[in-house]
Amino acid sequence: MPLFSESGAPSAFTTIPFADWQSRTDWPAVSLANTDPVEDLASHVGRLRLIELHFPKFSDGRAYSQARLLRGRLGYRGELRATGNVLRDQLPFLLRCGFDSFESDQPGFDEALASARSLFSVVYQATEDGRVPASRLRLGADATV
Amino acid sequence: MPDTHFYRYDDYDRTLVRERIAQFRDQVRRRLAGELTEEQFKPLRLTNGLYLQLHAYMLRIAIPYGTLSSRQLRKLADIARRYDRGYGHFTTRQNLQLNWIRLEDAPDALAALAEVDMHAMQTSGNCIRNVTADHFAGAAADEIEDPRIWCEIVRQWSTLHPEFSFLPRKFKIAITGSPNDRAAVRVHDIGLRLWRNPEGRVGFEVIVGGGLGRTPMIGKTLREFLPREELLAYLEATLRVYNRYGRRDNLYKARIKILVHEIGAEKMRAEVEAEYAAVRDGALRLPAATIEAIAAQFAPPALPHRPAIAAEVERLRLEDRAFALWLRSNTAPHRLAGYRIVTASLKPAGAPPGDASAAQMDGVADIADAFSQGEVRVSHEQNLVFPHVAVDDLPEVHRALGRLGFAEANVGKIGDIIACPGLDYCALANARSIPVAQRISGHFAELARQHDIGDLKIKISGCINACGHHHVGHIGILGVDKNGVELYQISLGGDVDFGRTAIGTILGPAIEADRVVGAVDSLVATYLERRTDGERFVDTYRRVGAQPFKERVYAAV
Ligand code: HEM
Ligand code: SF4
Repeated sequence: MPLFSESGAPSAFTTIPFADWQSRTDWPAVSLANTDPVEDLASHVGRLRLIELHFPKFSDGRAYSQARLLRGRLGYRGELRATGNVLRDQLPFLLRCGFDSFESDQPGFDEALASARSLFSVVYQATEDGRVPASRLRLGADATV
Repeated sequence: MPDTHFYRYDDYDRTLVRERIAQFRDQVRRRLAGELTEEQFKPLRLTNGLYLQLHAYMLRIAIPYGTLSSRQLRKLADIARRYDRGYGHFTTRQNLQLNWIRLEDAPDALAALAEVDMHAMQTSGNCIRNVTADHFAGAAADEIEDPRIWCEIVRQWSTLHPEFSFLPRKFKIAITGSPNDRAAVRVHDIGLRLWRNPEGRVGFEVIVGGGLGRTPMIGKTLREFLPREELLAYLEATLRVYNRYGRRDNLYKARIKILVHEIGAEKMRAEVEAEYAAVRDGALRLPAATIEAIAAQFAPPALPHRPAIAAEVERLRLEDRAFALWLRSNTAPHRLAGYRIVTASLKPAGAPPGDASAAQMDGVADIADAFSQGEVRVSHEQNLVFPHVAVDDLPEVHRALGRLGFAEANVGKIGDIIACPGLDYCALANARSIPVAQRISGHFAELARQHDIGDLKIKISGCINACGHHHVGHIGILGVDKNGVELYQISLGGDVDFGRTAIGTILGPAIEADRVVGAVDSLVATYLERRTDGERFVDTYRRVGAQPFKERVYAAV
């Protein structure tokens, strides 16, 4: 399936399933089912280069929570890829939760990705993309998240 | 809208709504051009309030916390006229449904809504839905704090929340600021009740896992007292636990009430508290300045001093029976002497509950401008409310409502029936609801009799989804389908009042449509024979049990 990345070429690492990765945690790329416990990656996030999170159906939103925990709580900075049923209309949500690469066979996905960040110039929540929510902007220009 | 006494959009809010419409306009264009399949388009339209119903598209417009300015109400009338058939339907979730919208027109209808700072975002779909509140908020004599401040904070936090837009199932939050619950908080996914603790601090009791539908449940208190500034941290924690661990294998088991039920309230509490501990000191803690700025917008209107007792009202109370009854059932105590809260009954005898024509909406807006600070509320009981009416003006308001057909003195009585759209509009229905409500209210049209019967809540749903809240009706009526025949199952003893919340118990076998009125009549007769002084229907039922009611109803069958 075609790969798309916001930041140049997507990582060329091959991921291995979480169960396999657990017996060789030195491998830098892992793929998680949306029921796998992201917390178990806590002491490895500095070494990991690519994590894949899975959307078996676009309507199954568990991976959004996994992504936010990886980025926000565990401080993962490597590539975070959405796989499975990934649709262009999800992009604003995916980007806000910290995904930066995507597997999708939907036509028009790359154009959608190029414009997804400018679709909404206002956000209401502080999430993993560093955007300042309206509630903070209202408190003054120098407000930080 | 400079003179409203509730939240006014600023440029941030307006921009967001405008950008959302632009996005949806493009999605509609792609659907009409065949670039999106119906399956792909469905979740996109649903989170913009657009359903596909039996006959046409239906637009469900959010009325956050049930609060409307007269200008907004006039715009709703205008939209109903321009894009629909000139009427709308107020629902139990403080929404307005328009039943005959063309897909091509939907973005324009949303743009018209945006002109008055309204939207239809998240009125459907598996996301956090329109937040509901006590319809007497900011006016009620028994209120501790205006819940709408918190509803608005939740509205913003939940709107396009990137993590919680694809939940296992829809998610409903209700907030009350009064000890007398008018928002049914124990039957919501999350119910919040503001109260003052013994130290004098105001905070939330957090109730999780209530809900109606196929498996009705009363929510569990996960937290007795939550500091107000930590509301979003606690909500985010709860939603994250639900998003990660809620069941998705079965549509009917996907609500948070099932998760709470399966793992137990203790485990649920432990999970939520652990997550809460991790997020409470972060960006979700509400700065005092944010709370103050939003609270300031809900500052009560400066109501001029008016006499607490008005001569004309006293005269009419003695001389005009209709007025006296109306005063008793359709007005409620205001926090200020000299004022009352007035409920316009959208339940004239024999009419479809909750319907209003565009002309009636305009008429209500006029009354609000003249007599209620330009403000109107939508109640979950499908009525409209004027929050601030001077006692002095009550006779005038009564006459004006009479001209609109909304002065029926039946609020809280047997004629004030809640009914879902049922088979007349809903693709999921098993049976009709509206005609059943019409027949019952027609049968009990006589107001003196309704007042003699006293408080009695009848709630009707056309199927097990329980949109008409039948589980919590004193008398609940549920449409069921048996081999293509529409039958009705009756339950008794449901209640949403705080501390008394109960799910009704099924009385016996379902009955045919033409027997429903007779059955209700038998229930009422049984009650009248057995009640003690001042006892409500539901209290008599609790005291004497189902047997006498059952015997009487089924004796006739
Ligand atoms: C006309 C189209 C409608 C459709 C297709 C629809 C669909 C549904 C469904 C499927 C459920 C069950 C959800 C569940 O238990 O998981 C439900 C519940 C509910 N709906 Fe509707 N509904 C409609 C209209 C309405 C209207 C008009 C109202 C208000 C009058 C309403 C208010 C509610 C309420 C209060 C519940 C119960 C909430 C709970 O289970 O906690 N719905 N609806
Ligand atoms: S209760 Fe059933 S019939 Fe009534 S509106 Fe809800 S889904 Fe439709």
